[in-house]
Amino acid sequence: MAKIELNGVRKTFDSAEIIKGIDLAIEDGEFIALIGPSGCGKSTLLRIIAGLEPQSSGEVRIDSIPVDGIRASARNLAMVFQSYALYPHLNVFDNIAVPLRMRRHSALARIPLVGRLLPERARTERGIREDVERVAAQLELSGLLKRKPGQLSGGQRQRVAVGRAIVRQPVGFLFDEPLSNLDAKLRVHMRAELAQLHRQLKATFVYVTHDQAEAMTMSSRIAVMIEGNIVQIGTPAEVYENPRDIRVAEFVGSPKINVMPGLVRADGGLEVLGRSLGLDTPAPAGRCSICVRPERIEPDAGTGAISGTVVHLENLGAEAFVHVRVDRVELPLVARVNHDRRLPAIGSAIDLAFPASAVRAFDAAGRRIEATAPVRSGRVREKALG
Amino acid sequence: MTPRHRSIVWSVARHALLLSGAALVLLPFLWMISTASKPQTEIFTKSIHFIPYSFALWDNFATAFDKATLWRFLLNGGVVTASIFALQVLIALPAAYALAKLRFVGREVLFALVLFCILIPPQATAIPVFLLFHKLGILDSYAALIVPFTISAFGIFLMRQFFKTMPDDLIEAARMDGISEFGIVWRVMLPTAIPALTAFGIFSVVAHWNDYFWPLIVLNSEHLRTPPLGVASFRNEEAGTNYGPLMAAAIVIIAPLVVAFLLAQRRFIEGITLTGIK
Repeated sequence: MAKIELNGVRKTFDSAEIIKGIDLAIEDGEFIALIGPSGCGKSTLLRIIAGLEPQSSGEVRIDSIPVDGIRASARNLAMVFQSYALYPHLNVFDNIAVPLRMRRHSALARIPLVGRLLPERARTERGIREDVERVAAQLELSGLLKRKPGQLSGGQRQRVAVGRAIVRQPVGFLFDEPLSNLDAKLRVHMRAELAQLHRQLKATFVYVTHDQAEAMTMSSRIAVMIEGNIVQIGTPAEVYENPRDIRVAEFVGSPKINVMPGLVRADGGLEVLGRSLGLDTPAPAGRCSICVRPERIEPDAGTGAISGTVVHLENLGAEAFVHVRVDRVELPLVARVNHDRRLPAIGSAIDLAFPASAVRAFDAAGRRIEATAPVRSGRVREKALG
Repeated sequence: MTPRHRSIVWSVARHALLLSGAALVLLPFLWMISTASKPQTEIFTKSIHFIPYSFALWDNFATAFDKATLWRFLLNGGVVTASIFALQVLIALPAAYALAKLRFVGREVLFALVLFCILIPPQATAIPVFLLFHKLGILDSYAALIVPFTISAFGIFLMRQFFKTMPDDLIEAARMDGISEFGIVWRVMLPTAIPALTAFGIFSVVAHWNDYFWPLIVLNSEHLRTPPLGVASFRNEEAGTNYGPLMAAAIVIIAPLVVAFLLAQRRFIEGITLTGIK
């Protein structure tokens, strides 16, 4: 079991900086998800941890030991690839046995034909057979050991790839988008299986994905990477509820968070589309973005609300998303509606509102700005109550 | 004329054209078989007939095997082509792997040089290589027949193109599993590259089995002769104007390639489409 630490890791490819100084401490036994849009450098970071790619500067430590310059195979980490990367000419048994054979047999014993003459080879091979069969049973692959990868379904190949990773009991597992080649139903199933596997093995999991649903459902912490930086690290709930950057807010959550142009007034009050939100901020006056998650938007809110036109409906059965075009807002706003409500017709006018607590405000540079309900004087409160 | 009739006419015309083309290509082979089946008296006659009046194929075979050391020529051909192919693979695979999958300074320049080498005809280097072998004292030996062809620029190019299409993930998975770089070449790349290797093998074996030019230059001893050279010498020394046994010998030396082609016909065509040449 291992703690993985990254200190100031940078990576440059032909003058383009892919990873811009990353510090990250991954705790022993943690399931951390690295998420971000494609091209953000998350896969490169994983490959640096694995030792498949040398970093340009910075340091990687596994269990406080610097591993720079140590070969990938000697770092005692296992990796599961997006394409599974099974050896196409070997059957399932041999695929899972490869890492054990490379470790336990001497170089001489691995030579074809000649190796078979060595007496200790047979003994080691028996041990390997036991281990492979144990892992195969654990992953329900026992009946498939004789098959070639080409004869397996996507989900089975995925399990073989996991089997090859767990068979040598490494200190940590690296997953590079392992579920993105599976169909939607199987993906949900494998999500549960991987989470279960993590509970069983209690090993460190580093999981790279661009699918925020995978990250939200499986990991104990999420690190959001954007353009080569880790913008935010936190529990899934924290990242979802309290994004520190508008890019995090926009990346996490599906459908995307609603973004509306807003204004910080000279007196510190927040405005959206010319309406006061009743929130104060210490941020300097100027433009800002007001963001609200779709599930916090209330349709049919009545007067004083934001009015717009329904342009699109997505009915998912249990819930529906209503897309509403509003003047001066670039993209249609999306409201999540429970199935028991009657859906408005496309083209009809609709009023939207949201509670002040749902507002996440970001300044022009995209940084989160604090927004608090002003402390009202007693007199005002009395008046409000009366 | 209905469209149906027109399509039948077109189909007949098409086949007639293809058949005449095939006949043109096959005629020398048919003539070879025909001549090999005729006794000496029938070969030089005014009238052309394909079917011999008296069938003398077995006699001609017997004469061919009797008069010349045909078995020895076939064995030489086998040893030389097999050694050449084995050594070509031994060198081309690691080279192709490095050019396709390893990152190092000057890789593109090296690859350009390999491409450039494909353009050099073997005849251009024949004299320098001959002089070099003379200095080394290895003329007139198996080594002289094999060594010049061990590094195949075409083989490196072909395998590099194939390795380029292999996913990087597979190689990285092998590295994670603890397989060394040479181990990756032999344990991972070689088994997955069998189709490309077969294609290359076909080209290599056909080219070197049929090679006439280089063995003619470096060989003196009769016992080292490769099949084409053997048959040629057969004509000059043994048979003189006796074309029957000569053609019988020619059948024997092309037979291995024809049999190999019939057995591996599908692979052969796959291989040629894979390389996209010829």
